[in-house]
Amino acid sequence: MNGRFSALACAAALGLALVSGGALAADKFIVVQSTTSTQNSGLLDELLPKYTAKSGTEVRVVAVGTGQAIKNAANCDGDVLLVHAKPAEEKFVAEGGGVKRFDLMHNDFVIIGPESDPAGVAGMTDAEAALKKIAAAKAPFASRGDESGTHQKERSLWKAAGVDVKAASGDWYRETGSGMGETINTGVGMGAYVLTDRATWSAHKNRAGYKILVEGDKDLFNQYGVILVNPAKCPNVKADLGQDFIDWLLSKEGQDAIAAFRINGEQQFFPDAQKSAS
Amino acid sequence: MQDFGSAVWQALGLVASFDRDLLEIVLLSLRVSLTAVLAAGLVGLPLGAVLAVLRFPGSGLLVVLLNAMMGLPPVVVGLVLYLLLSHAGVLGPLNLLYTPTAMIVAQAVLVTPIIAALARQTVADIRGEYREQLQVLGVSRRTEVATLLWDARYSLLTAMVAGFGRAIAEVGAVIIVGGNINHVTRVMTTTIALETSKGNLALALGLGMILLSLTILVNAAVQGLRATAARTAYA
Repeated sequence: MNGRFSALACAAALGLALVSGGALAADKFIVVQSTTSTQNSGLLDELLPKYTAKSGTEVRVVAVGTGQAIKNAANCDGDVLLVHAKPAEEKFVAEGGGVKRFDLMHNDFVIIGPESDPAGVAGMTDAEAALKKIAAAKAPFASRGDESGTHQKERSLWKAAGVDVKAASGDWYRETGSGMGETINTGVGMGAYVLTDRATWSAHKNRAGYKILVEGDKDLFNQYGVILVNPAKCPNVKADLGQDFIDWLLSKEGQDAIAAFRINGEQQFFPDAQKSAS
Repeated sequence: MQDFGSAVWQALGLVASFDRDLLEIVLLSLRVSLTAVLAAGLVGLPLGAVLAVLRFPGSGLLVVLLNAMMGLPPVVVGLVLYLLLSHAGVLGPLNLLYTPTAMIVAQAVLVTPIIAALARQTVADIRGEYREQLQVLGVSRRTEVATLLWDARYSLLTAMVAGFGRAIAEVGAVIIVGGNINHVTRVMTTTIALETSKGNLALALGLGMILLSLTILVNAAVQGLRATAARTAYA
């Protein structure tokens, strides 16, 4: 009988140790709803420790697509929103979800594809024309299909190119419904073209001979914005801590830190805060 | 295919170097999943036993539903819990979203039906053997449930282990309610998903191997516990 109980007691003790053994989380923290590109590129890993060291505030990042990030912020599940889809961000602020939108930084989108380049778009600097060629060749194109900032940009480019991708969905146009990295993995797997932000691609390891084929069009501009979730709508928002983080990002120190971030020696994000809200 | 070789090396390297981040992630995974399984066991085992013993109108339908709930899609459980725990949801004031507690709740919801359904079957099976004895002794239903649960305890460990397998392996629910926040809610499965999305396929696979080893260790520990307990019991 004793043996049985000691065995059970051991199991229970192990369980209790695990239940109570969790790390004590810092009290002073904010939740930032952000996009996968800022996390997957490694930018946030570089910025956040600098800010935390200075302010003592832990920054917890939930990295999802811009569409989901905005939806989460609209549900008051976060203090700061850091995303890249200006029209959607402005709508979010106009609807009372956020206080003010600030330009933070930009980089650009690129179209990557296999070396074989079945649509022959390598070296093009006109994104619309390149997409038209891809559509004409019915070459596979992997889309995020998830309402992310990149997906919204991609749809506006297809619209400008006059291509109805809805009709081709499931045929040469393939909506993965997943994040940027996963979509690149899928695209690489099926030999499809992919529109991606430059930072995610620069940091991506599974390249399988893929290259940047189209870049340099001003339509491929990718603007990031930062917004404090509206404490008037969401009383749980830590307005002071959140605003302090935003102020730091927009300050010379924060902007310099963004500019200093490199992947393979290459600058990935270009700070462009102007202090005035748009 | 070089990814497989590379994955093994990366996994061994991480383990050998006692990588601190990895240790933190492993411990959180164990803490979340073991707690969820314990909680699910506390509810699921008695529930299963009661369903095995009691017959009432609709009990057959309840068993079908319970068995079907073993197939609850994690991502749906995550979504429903997100909607409840969100600040815009009814449980928002609890401030549980993006915490390990939310992840424990999510996994407990997924695991309870598995433990309850397997416990119900196990208890129903041994009840067939015990029924006459119990009838002769004229024990109450409550004592019957307790007796059957106790006598089936080693078989019921299998139900708990099955529940643990589900909990430690799922990603769909915890990534939604946990948010995969570094140093706060990042567990093995969400790390694997993240590294996959970064294209670090070898590292992701290596982490998968570590996760699998962990599951084997836990199962071995349970097996050892069962053997030791059984030996002492019959010695």
